[in-house]
Amino acid sequence: MNPETPAGRFDLPGTPVFDGQTSRRGLRMNKMFMSLRTAQNRERFLADQSGYCEEFGLTPEQQRAVLDRDWQAMIDLGGSIFYVYKLAMMDGLSMQYLGGVFTGMTEQEFQAAMRAGGRRDG
Amino acid sequence: MAEVIWGLATSHVPSIGAAMDRGKTEDPTWKDLFDGYAPARAWLAEHEPDVAIVIYNDHANGIDLDIIPTFGIGTADRYQVADEGFGQRPVPDVIGDPELSLHLLEHLVDEGFDLTVFQELEVDHGLTVPLSVWTPDPGDAWPCPVVPILVNVIQYPQPTAARCYALGQALGRAIAGYPKDATVGILGTGGMSHQLAGARAGYINPEFDTMWMETIQTDPARLAALSREELIRQAGSEGIELIMWLIMRGAMNDQVAKIHSHYFVPASNTAAGVALFDNRVSQPA
Repeated sequence: MNPETPAGRFDLPGTPVFDGQTSRRGLRMNKMFMSLRTAQNRERFLADQSGYCEEFGLTPEQQRAVLDRDWQAMIDLGGSIFYVYKLAMMDGLSMQYLGGVFTGMTEQEFQAAMRAGGRRDG
Repeated sequence: MAEVIWGLATSHVPSIGAAMDRGKTEDPTWKDLFDGYAPARAWLAEHEPDVAIVIYNDHANGIDLDIIPTFGIGTADRYQVADEGFGQRPVPDVIGDPELSLHLLEHLVDEGFDLTVFQELEVDHGLTVPLSVWTPDPGDAWPCPVVPILVNVIQYPQPTAARCYALGQALGRAIAGYPKDATVGILGTGGMSHQLAGARAGYINPEFDTMWMETIQTDPARLAALSREELIRQAGSEGIELIMWLIMRGAMNDQVAKIHSHYFVPASNTAAGVALFDNRVSQPA
C-alpha cells in the first residue's frame, strides 16, 4: 500500500472507495486516461509518454506510476478503475489481469478463482 | 396515458457485449450466461414497447470527472455509440424520444429530482449491453426509441438506495401522466456483486445477490433501506450499481410478476444477473 493512501472511508480492508478527495487527487491522471479513447491520442501517448503525462499535468508520482505501469500505485494516487482500465486496454491487458495484480495472482490464477465462483473471503 | 408494461434488470458487463460481438456466445465460458437470457428474450420479443427508459451509468466515455451529475437525463433525438478505446461496438445508434424525455424532466423536477440535462451524449456499454441482452440481433435499429437516465455510481457519494427508489416512484407517476398513449419498458442496469480494484477484487457474494434478486420483486423498500456502506460491504465497491435496479422497480406497480430470472458467475470479474418482471398484474385492493 502506498504510504500516501489515506485511511479508508469505511472499515472495509482491501476496498478502495473512490470518493471526492480521491477524485481530486487523481483528476489530471484520470483525464489523461479518458483521452486515450481516440486512436490519435493513443499514438501521441505512445510516441512520448512522459511528455503526454506532463501535458496533462500529472504529479511526478503519478507519472512514474503510469510509465512503470504500477497499477496499484495508480489506484493509490487517485485513479478510478474505470479510467485506469483505458490504459490497460491500450496495452492489451484485461480486467482479469488487473484483478490478478491487485490480489497478488497471475491472470490465470485470478481467472481460475473467478470460474470457481469468485473470491469469497472479505 | 403511458403505461409501464415490463421492467428488466440486467448487468451491463462490457465483456457480455464483446462476447456477442465476437460470436462467442456458444463458448463453454459463456454458454450458460447466454442460455440464461433466452426465455427473457423470447418474452420480450412478444412484448415490444413503444419506448424504453434505460437507467444506467457512464464509464468514462460520455462524461468525464469534470462534472458528475448525481442524476441525468438525455433529451436528444439520437445517441451515438461511444468508442470506449477499442472502436465502436457494431450496434446501431440509439434513437431518442425527446418529447418523452422533456415530459419526464419537467415532472421529475417538479417533484424535487433535479436531473442534469444532456442534449448531446455518447452512450457506452452501460446502455448498449442491456439493449443487447434484450435484443441480440437488432439489425439496423433497436426495437424502439430510448430515453437514457444516468446515475452516478462511480464516485462516492452515490445517491442513496432510498433516493433511487423514490426517483423510480416519481418516474412511475411521470410516465402515468404522459398525455400520449404509449407502452413503456424500463431497464435497470448494472450490478450484482463485483469489485474491480483493491485486495478484495474478485469478491462475489451469491447469497446477497440471490436475496437481492428475490427481494427486488417482493419488498423493494427493504433494499432501499440499505446504506452505501452496507451495499459496498455486501456487493463490492462496484456492486453498488444495484441501486439502479431500484429506480426501475420504483417505477413499477407494488405487485409485479416474475417472468424469468437467471444468475451467473463469472462474467469477466463479476456476477451477472437478469430478472424480468411483468407490470400488468392485478394489484391488491
